[in-house]
Amino acid sequence: MKKILLDIKGLEVCLGGKTIVQDINLPIYEGETLSLVGESGSGKSTIGRAILGLNPVSRGEVIFDGKNIENPKTKALKRFVQENIQMIFQDPASSLNERANVDYIISEGITNFKRYKNEAQRKHLVGQALESVGLLAEHGSRYPHEFSGGQRQRIGIARAMIMDPRLIVADEPISALDVSIRAQVLNLLQDFQKTRGLSYLFIAHDLSVVRYISHRIAVIQKGRIVEIAPAETLFNNPLHPYTQSLLSALPIPDPILERKKKRALHPSSQAIPSGTLKEVAPGHFVLRP
Amino acid sequence: MAVILKVEGLEVEFSVRGQRLKAIRKASLDLYEKETLAIVGESGSGKSVLIKSLTGMLEENGEITKGSIKFEGMDLATLKKNSQWQGIRGKKIATVFQDPMTALNPMRRVGSQIEEAIQLHSGESRKSARKKAIELMEKVGIEGAASRFSQYPHEFSGGMRQRIVIAIALACQPKVLLCDEPTTALDVRVQAQILDLISGLQEELGLTVIYITHDLGVVASVADRVAIMYAGQIVEYGGVEDIFYRCAHPYTWALLSSLPQLAFGNEGIYAIGGTPPSLYHDIKGDAFAPRNPYALKIDFEEEPPFFKVGDGHYAKTWLMDPRAPKVKRPKALQNLHGRLKEIYP
Repeated sequence: MKKILLDIKGLEVCLGGKTIVQDINLPIYEGETLSLVGESGSGKSTIGRAILGLNPVSRGEVIFDGKNIENPKTKALKRFVQENIQMIFQDPASSLNERANVDYIISEGITNFKRYKNEAQRKHLVGQALESVGLLAEHGSRYPHEFSGGQRQRIGIARAMIMDPRLIVADEPISALDVSIRAQVLNLLQDFQKTRGLSYLFIAHDLSVVRYISHRIAVIQKGRIVEIAPAETLFNNPLHPYTQSLLSALPIPDPILERKKKRALHPSSQAIPSGTLKEVAPGHFVLRP
Repeated sequence: MAVILKVEGLEVEFSVRGQRLKAIRKASLDLYEKETLAIVGESGSGKSVLIKSLTGMLEENGEITKGSIKFEGMDLATLKKNSQWQGIRGKKIATVFQDPMTALNPMRRVGSQIEEAIQLHSGESRKSARKKAIELMEKVGIEGAASRFSQYPHEFSGGMRQRIVIAIALACQPKVLLCDEPTTALDVRVQAQILDLISGLQEELGLTVIYITHDLGVVASVADRVAIMYAGQIVEYGGVEDIFYRCAHPYTWALLSSLPQLAFGNEGIYAIGGTPPSLYHDIKGDAFAPRNPYALKIDFEEEPPFFKVGDGHYAKTWLMDPRAPKVKRPKALQNLHGRLKEIYP
């Protein structure tokens, strides 16, 4: 049996008096990539941020490795979260401190947690982290603006990886990147998973990419999860009408297939989906009234 | 089919901090009446610059240094002043921009922004411009157009805002519509609606459309013809099926190979190594050569000409020269259609 690394139980987040997400139940297993897919405003980033304690949790639990980490209050608990869960952001231009050099940006985490004995070891760790993402140790003395978008995203990944986290929340890490750079970054993330066995919560709206990197996919609509399934199952047998309309809206990179394709109707209901998640096949859950 | 717009040997340069950047390096392009042409390339390939030069919208530090843009008996490349562009930009050639958030004025009601575009070019009375604006809003699929006329952009969703931008672009019944990544900022379901809307309008109004995009799914969905750009040049162009099923340029191969749908098992997604060349310096030979696993010796020395691949299908690569060694398309692309048919039953 796979071991649950992070368990989200009945999570609800309210911001500014509005309920953004509700009734989120989602385990993330060790070594798996779980993707959270939905349209803008569906609340997918809110969930990611709530896990890290960046958004307040109004109801429910977030359990990491047996410890409740929702709304971390004590310093010790905050440090526990920071040590084990790291985040990679969407925009590599705005998520790096423009005034700090790469060496500082990458070693901030290990400095806070005193993960090295002396300056030589710190340098060594930073160099290792840079090399692990395909950059050079001497890049440490440069500043973010001296790098291309793809390289900046790798600096963001190195900053997360140097902490040796067990879970990474990656919030649209490739949407700002070009097609060819995307592949480099995705392959890099997959290599890290193979060698270190860490888990990813991958937040995305591009389903065609998600299919090839996820073990499981959860579809979220207006703050509620409407379907969870293994990646291939979700694509071959989508059961919730919302999932179906998302998949059929996806353009296929093949002119003949694209011409023949019929699109599922777009349900334009503004209502928050209701019902409960029912398991219709092993590991395949659908929201049913 | 008749050529409506003809770009020949176009060169565009920018001065950046005392240096010259060659953004477009001798690009030629025929645009046929009522067709949809997709221009595909990565950021920095010059696709947006090319489009901007068609409406005289280059930034202040940019200029056309060579070549011509023939349109309705004029050479648009020679127009310098804004007053010369008046009858063309917006009126005959209109643009739909990527981000509907920034293309609209947030301080003004959407209706008056459409109205302004109508009045500016046709000199119609306010009243009849208003009537036309409401008709346009209905045409682009905005329900309750009359009542939404006096709302502000923030009261519309992203997709609805893009519909307003399209309405403004259509205000003067242009002949050519330039769409610069019109759906990149939108969700997939909204994207599908906007793509449907544009192709419906194209048929109804007889528009000629240029799409700029890097999404090959969108290309397959909308394009009649495709031009692939790399480092300021068009490197391959042809019918949409030529490009997807019979492409001949190694850069086109690389672009298609990096589709996540073609990732097999543990091999990961195909990644193009290296980075695009700097456009601050003159490029010797084929610009893609340093990243091209199929590069020949001559690629590093001499720029290739266009070779004919098929009817209306040309590729700028030495691999097509009769003297070059026979190189087959990468295996994954030889049966692209079959592979995708498997995934999308």
